[in-house]
Amino acid sequence: MTQSNTQAQAQTTERLRWFKYVKPYLPWFIIGPLLMIVEVIGEVVMPKLLAYIIDFGVKHDMAEAPAWLTWLYDVLKTDSALVVALAVGMVLTAVLMMIGGVGGAYFGAKASVNFAADLRADIYRKVQKFSFSNIDKFNTGSLVTRLTNDVTQMQNFVNTLLRMALRSPGMLIGALIMAITLNGELAIILAVAIPVMLVGIFVFIRFGFPRFSAMQEKVDGLNANVQENITNVRVVKSFVREEHENARFAATNADLKRAGRRAMMVMICMSPLMTLCMNAAVLVVLWFGGNMVLNGTMLVGDLTSFVTYITQILSSLMMVTMLFMQASRAMASGRRIKAVMNEEIDISDLNAAFPDKQVERGEIEFRNVTFRYYKNSEGKVLDNVSLKIDAGSTVGIIGSTGSGKTTLVSMIPRLYDADEGKILVDGVDVKDYSLYNLREGVGMVLQKNVLFSGTIEDNLRWGDGEADMNTIRAAADSAQADGFVMSFKNGYESDLGQGGTNVSGGQKQRLCIARALLKKPKILILDDSTSAVDTATEARIRETFRGALRDTTKIIIAQRITSVMEADRIIVVNEGRITGMGTHAELLATNTEYKEIYDSQMEAAREQANVQNAIKKGEVKA
Amino acid sequence: MAARNLEELQKRYASLGKAGGRGPGGPGGPGGRRGGPGVRAKGKPKNSRATVRRLAGYIAAYRFRLIIVLLCMLCSTVTALAGGYLLRDVYNALDRDADPGKSILLRIFLPDAVEAGVLTDAERMWCLGIILLVLAGIYAVGVVSTYLQGRLMMTVSQNAVEKLRNDLFKKLQRLPVRYFDSHPTGELMSRFTNDVDAIDMMINSTVTSFISGAISLVGTFAMMLYTNWILTLITLAFVPLYLFGGGLIGKKSAKYHSAQQAALGAVNGYIEETVTGSKVVKVFNHEEVCVEEFEALNDDMREKQFKAHFYGGVMGPIMHNLSNLAFAITAGVGGLLCIFAGFDVGGLAIFCTYSRQFSFPINNISMQMSTIFSALAGAERVFAVMDETPEMADRPDAISMEGVKGEVILDNVSFGYLPDQTVLKHVSLYAHAGQKIAFVGSTGAGKTTVTNLLNRFYDIDEGMITIDGVDIRAYKRDELRGNIAMVLQDTHLFTGTIMENIRYGRPDATDDEVIQAAKTASAHSFIMRLEKGYQTVLEGDGANLSQGQRQLLNIARAAVSKAPILVLDEATSSVDTRTERHIEHGMDRLMKNRTTFVIAHRLSTVRNANAIMVLEQGEIIERGNHDQLLALGGRYHELYTGKRELD
Repeated sequence: MTQSNTQAQAQTTERLRWFKYVKPYLPWFIIGPLLMIVEVIGEVVMPKLLAYIIDFGVKHDMAEAPAWLTWLYDVLKTDSALVVALAVGMVLTAVLMMIGGVGGAYFGAKASVNFAADLRADIYRKVQKFSFSNIDKFNTGSLVTRLTNDVTQMQNFVNTLLRMALRSPGMLIGALIMAITLNGELAIILAVAIPVMLVGIFVFIRFGFPRFSAMQEKVDGLNANVQENITNVRVVKSFVREEHENARFAATNADLKRAGRRAMMVMICMSPLMTLCMNAAVLVVLWFGGNMVLNGTMLVGDLTSFVTYITQILSSLMMVTMLFMQASRAMASGRRIKAVMNEEIDISDLNAAFPDKQVERGEIEFRNVTFRYYKNSEGKVLDNVSLKIDAGSTVGIIGSTGSGKTTLVSMIPRLYDADEGKILVDGVDVKDYSLYNLREGVGMVLQKNVLFSGTIEDNLRWGDGEADMNTIRAAADSAQADGFVMSFKNGYESDLGQGGTNVSGGQKQRLCIARALLKKPKILILDDSTSAVDTATEARIRETFRGALRDTTKIIIAQRITSVMEADRIIVVNEGRITGMGTHAELLATNTEYKEIYDSQMEAAREQANVQNAIKKGEVKA
Repeated sequence: MAARNLEELQKRYASLGKAGGRGPGGPGGPGGRRGGPGVRAKGKPKNSRATVRRLAGYIAAYRFRLIIVLLCMLCSTVTALAGGYLLRDVYNALDRDADPGKSILLRIFLPDAVEAGVLTDAERMWCLGIILLVLAGIYAVGVVSTYLQGRLMMTVSQNAVEKLRNDLFKKLQRLPVRYFDSHPTGELMSRFTNDVDAIDMMINSTVTSFISGAISLVGTFAMMLYTNWILTLITLAFVPLYLFGGGLIGKKSAKYHSAQQAALGAVNGYIEETVTGSKVVKVFNHEEVCVEEFEALNDDMREKQFKAHFYGGVMGPIMHNLSNLAFAITAGVGGLLCIFAGFDVGGLAIFCTYSRQFSFPINNISMQMSTIFSALAGAERVFAVMDETPEMADRPDAISMEGVKGEVILDNVSFGYLPDQTVLKHVSLYAHAGQKIAFVGSTGAGKTTVTNLLNRFYDIDEGMITIDGVDIRAYKRDELRGNIAMVLQDTHLFTGTIMENIRYGRPDATDDEVIQAAKTASAHSFIMRLEKGYQTVLEGDGANLSQGQRQLLNIARAAVSKAPILVLDEATSSVDTRTERHIEHGMDRLMKNRTTFVIAHRLSTVRNANAIMVLEQGEIIERGNHDQLLALGGRYHELYTGKRELD
């Protein structure tokens, strides 16, 4: 890993432009639809050629023939030869159309796949640049959805667009032109039929779409209901509420059916109505066209072609409707992707004064730090906190959930930035380090920690990719993890199930500590990371802290007082303020809150001591 | 740290991403209901006949409507064919060269003129009018029958699918806990989503288009044969081409499709893991490696996805243009037939339309076949769930459980989730009514198993559990469970108001009783701080509450029930030590006069139990009250003084 990473991170937010993903594949984006046009032209030409066969080959109305046909006839001499020539023309057209269609599919697929892959990669990169508050804002589940489903949705849309966007309107226009040139008067009928169809389509979009999204909501609701029921199966059974659940589901299900029916009704009405419209147009054309034929102002072949064109025009209108439908879905996905891409990254090191500086000693100072989760909310998570931590010292932090402990330490590696005040590491504002160097200097074991799929060794190497096996084992040993790892059949090669499901909670925490130790940080932060480790093992871990990590600044957040009791200094945090600071003995004497926590935990210990005394005195039989 | 290579990544993440369809309820918006092609149900049905018969059972109730649907389908297909055929009469009526005898309608309406072989223009005009009127009638009948068919079929399919869903859900309610423990939630969900959806699609559209496709195939063929047999032969010559081409492309497409699915699975799996763990990624400055690995997977997918999409997309144009080829040749040969064999122009025009249309139903049918197979495979999976053995029925002589005091005895109980792995070995204990019994021990020692057995989530293999001296298997199971209130470690809440969630413990509880229960659980004060108090709607398993608050609601839910036996499985594990002290009184009230079984991580919470059982590897290795156990100086003493890890 190089420092270019940090520079990449520091890039300012660039507004998302979809064209960026089109540009590298522009030729494909152009050739694809063009080839589709070949198919469309063929589609329009074929009925025309059939008309020529009928009118000139079979019926020999050469008076009406265009010049090139007359010429062709002069060359070929016979009607049958003309028919064969025209048929060969049709065969060639069909072959060209096939080439066009296959080519269109080829370039369409190439363009859409690469478009999506680039887009996906860009979103992924962007998400990697996100700060903690950016991630919190979207939450990880929704980010995953955007990267997977939404990108797929866009990809499908682009593919359809490339293959259909020119095809349907192209067919519409082509057929329209042919119809008008065939017979301008008859084409007036289309001037009535098309607007009527357009109104139908508009009504469909206007009333159909909301019904479809209403149905989608009901589908989601039903799924949520099922999922809830499955995960809560023990609760349902233990309170014997199966009948209640059945009734609830039946109601949701009936609801979905109603919504589905409303949506489907639109489709069921739409399709016959459109057909009716088309059929009416055909009848009118046949009547007036028939009269024209009898009057000698139109050829029979032209009439057959005209009817084909009407069908083409109206069916491409239907296709355009479907395109709209997909477009509205893709647009929703596009908006969600855009929200990610246009998200302002609130932490950058672009203005760092000393981008090359590294953390050397590990001295920390908070100066009047205030922090809110939501920039305009009243409540402060941290309220004017000032604090100095000497290099190499051990500091314990204690306080109830939600008091701001985690936020406080998260500001050291700039996972969050202070709203007011500043944080200094080695006397330099954290904002003046490059993020890379700052975070290299700070090892943090998160409260909600994650191991990744891979072997134990893979996971530990996150701390230091180059470490040799001895170093890795040493770090694991410091975290009291080497013992249990070696007890596994495959040792460090053991596979951790998805997210470390096959190790116990305490073992997982120790692996996470080992991973952070491998970084050899100047500052080590443990955020409630030994809660599942037994006190004896925890004591041994603290022992290493005093030895091997003598020069590292250690900050330990804990629930258990025993975890922090021996720290150089203990900080009591309550509702965003530091309410006490000192050694264990000092706080016990002066801080009621600390004493209360201590009492709640030590009562047991004292009782135990009493019992042991009692045993000694022989009052209780062992 | 160096990025891992592609093969390794794929091996690791492909399986991870397979279940990768995001769960429902996510912020998906009006996203793909059926997901990508990826989440489509796969596999081949094993016993199609039985499955079809069973599915038919769901629509059998609508026999009458189905017959009408079939008639409508027949009607709309026949009218479409007839409408097409009548165009021949139209063209022939207009063609002065044509033999009027070729037109059915002309023979009916103008027999004399046809006999004479000559028609005046006025007669032709009159004919045209008549034919168009008939045509209009045919069109109208066609439209009405299409509408009726769609309308009726929708009712049938929606009712059938609704019933199917309800049946499946009802069945789920009757399945034993063991089933849920051994099947991932995602797998069960996909029965409801993918499989039922596929069935829905099949009943609603696939089957109808299959049938109407078949009818129109036969009809078109008959019409072609009737119109001209030579041209029919030419069209038939293309059929093997359609079938061969379709099969070839279909096979390729299926092959690349599964390659694409594997690649996509790996990409999605990787996204899932690294985005979910993105905070750790940042803390370790690991962004660049992630991007590098991701891009390797993403780039690998490009080629595979391209092939899949290309072969998927090429099918349409190839088939379509093969039929255009047939159209072209028909037009040529037909033209020659007109010149040399007296074939009529109208016949040529409609035949060309036929030959273009002929490939549609063939195409359609072959495409629907695969949809039908995958839907049948889905149906098979759905029915497999329905055929699972439900919880054993109560004995015929099962007794009611009224006025139970709550004396619980476990007599030499042994149990294993799997036949060869015993989790509990010869456990015996005696709880007087109203006593508090605690279980401590490390994970896997069998603590939670004890609670699974009390209310018969699982039935024991050996020994006996009695309540008030009666074997629990002799009670009516629902009443047994109704008499045991549970607070579980995983805080499960339901979508609905807080009031409804607490009342879940006893449906007939009054509002006052619910509030009283909330006070007992020390939940009242935080509920009142919420904007809508007890009417606050919880969504997505109460995601808007903290873990601790959710646990308090769980306790309230148990408190509202009047069950004489109470099981608390890590009920306060997420409540911090200070709050826990505050709710101690409430908990004491809750446990008063109830036989209580407590499993706790924090030993401070089990101190005042009447008896504490220390479990290890399924055996009770120490038992006694707190003082006795401490005095014993054994495992409990070690745990209590923190000399041993407990998780």
